Amino acid sequence: MRVRIPTPLRSYTAQAPVVEAEGATVDEVLVDLDRRYPGMRFRVVDEQGRLRSHMKVFVNKDAVRDLSTAVSTGDEITLMQALSGG
Amino acid sequence: MVATTGTVLLVGTRKGVFTVASNVARREWTVSDPMFLGHVAQHVVLDPRDGRRLVLATRTGHLGPTVFHSDDLGATWTESTRPPAFRTGDALQRSVQSVFWLTPGHVDEPGVWYAGATPQGLFVTDDGGATWDPVDGWNDHPMWSTWAEWPEQNTPDGSMLHSIIVDPRDAEHLYIALSSGGVFESTDRGTDWKPLNAGCETAFLPETEPEFGHDPHCVRLHPRQPDRLYQQNHCGIYRMERADARWIRIGDNMPKDVGDIGFPIELHPRDPDTAWVFPMDGTDVWPRTSPGGRPAVYVTRDAGESWTRCDKGLPGTAWFTVKRQAMTVDDHATTGVYFGTTSGEIWGSTDEGATWDCLASHLPEIYSLEHAATERAT
Repeated sequence: MRVRIPTPLRSYTAQAPVVEAEGATVDEVLVDLDRRYPGMRFRVVDEQGRLRSHMKVFVNKDAVRDLSTAVSTGDEITLMQALSGG
Repeated sequence: MVATTGTVLLVGTRKGVFTVASNVARREWTVSDPMFLGHVAQHVVLDPRDGRRLVLATRTGHLGPTVFHSDDLGATWTESTRPPAFRTGDALQRSVQSVFWLTPGHVDEPGVWYAGATPQGLFVTDDGGATWDPVDGWNDHPMWSTWAEWPEQNTPDGSMLHSIIVDPRDAEHLYIALSSGGVFESTDRGTDWKPLNAGCETAFLPETEPEFGHDPHCVRLHPRQPDRLYQQNHCGIYRMERADARWIRIGDNMPKDVGDIGFPIELHPRDPDTAWVFPMDGTDVWPRTSPGGRPAVYVTRDAGESWTRCDKGLPGTAWFTVKRQAMTVDDHATTGVYFGTTSGEIWGSTDEGATWDCLASHLPEIYSLEHAATERAT
């Protein structure tokens, strides 16, 4: 499925804004992304398996925080981070 | 070893990494382009054992913390494949929010480094920063959640573990400091720990002499006299002769109108009696700016018995802060002393504090400043 990558994470994808990844859940997709782009998952998910506090994941148009949320071929996942600070 | 080349300073800032390098006379200074522009560069340190490996602790916006290393003074960087992290399934569900402090290991253990974090975890690598492991003896010590600030207090910069010190005579002998929490010592490579805070004041606690809970801002051990420790604490400047196991408040010898509050303390590389501090205003709401808005370094040449003001060349009035990692010394025959400010300036003295020049300005807020002893590679 397609995964849209925010600019702060594109150093891992050779600046590609959209990449392909596989998995039956959001977490499996993130694990697959980390296999393809090593180091990316820890920037998004902490060592206890929690989505970092200001990171956002959308499955199609729905924001999800439960990484066990099921996904299927044809879904589009968007990774985003909150905007803040100066 | 006394340097015969110019000085290179490694600058960690809120918005990236810079180097500031001099010619051999240390009169001309060149500021590099930024590396990791926009990333929070908390600490960047060159390995003094090989003069080659740079290790950088960084985080970025809301992304998780990580560590990079470089063997070509920052031309290229490689990310750790296993950054410092608590164990998955940790009983306290801790996760590293920031890697705050980096310390190279013992000279006989190349590749070993230690990292201190927020929350106050301790981590170690034996491959030059490529992969990191928790130091379980500290992170899972039965007293950890009592000694450390836990649950995390979410103070502006977080509760941090810093001032990781390896005894140059014994790789198993370690010191760490918690801000806040106090100074702790291990004699078995981090398997067990004991508080080391006797004599240190805690004006912010109801107890006058608690065993822990203190707020060390920066602790240094003198490499030529490893049983001598200096500490800039939230409650003054201290020295400990380790055999005495008691901190002595040498800051009582500072001018009363300046006080002895501050963040960094730096030691002369060869003279155990010489140290530099940068006093801050610790009155009422703690402005953390120079007392009276008059910046000055103070130096002691007699292990804290007396202090001398060093402000020639510094601005007459300024309102910046110098953070605990933002002061350093080089290894020239006449020691260079340097500090970086929250206003993005680097000030340097090539005559041990007698006179000062602004070496760089208009940088982002400076978090750390370290001397890079590149000459030791040969």
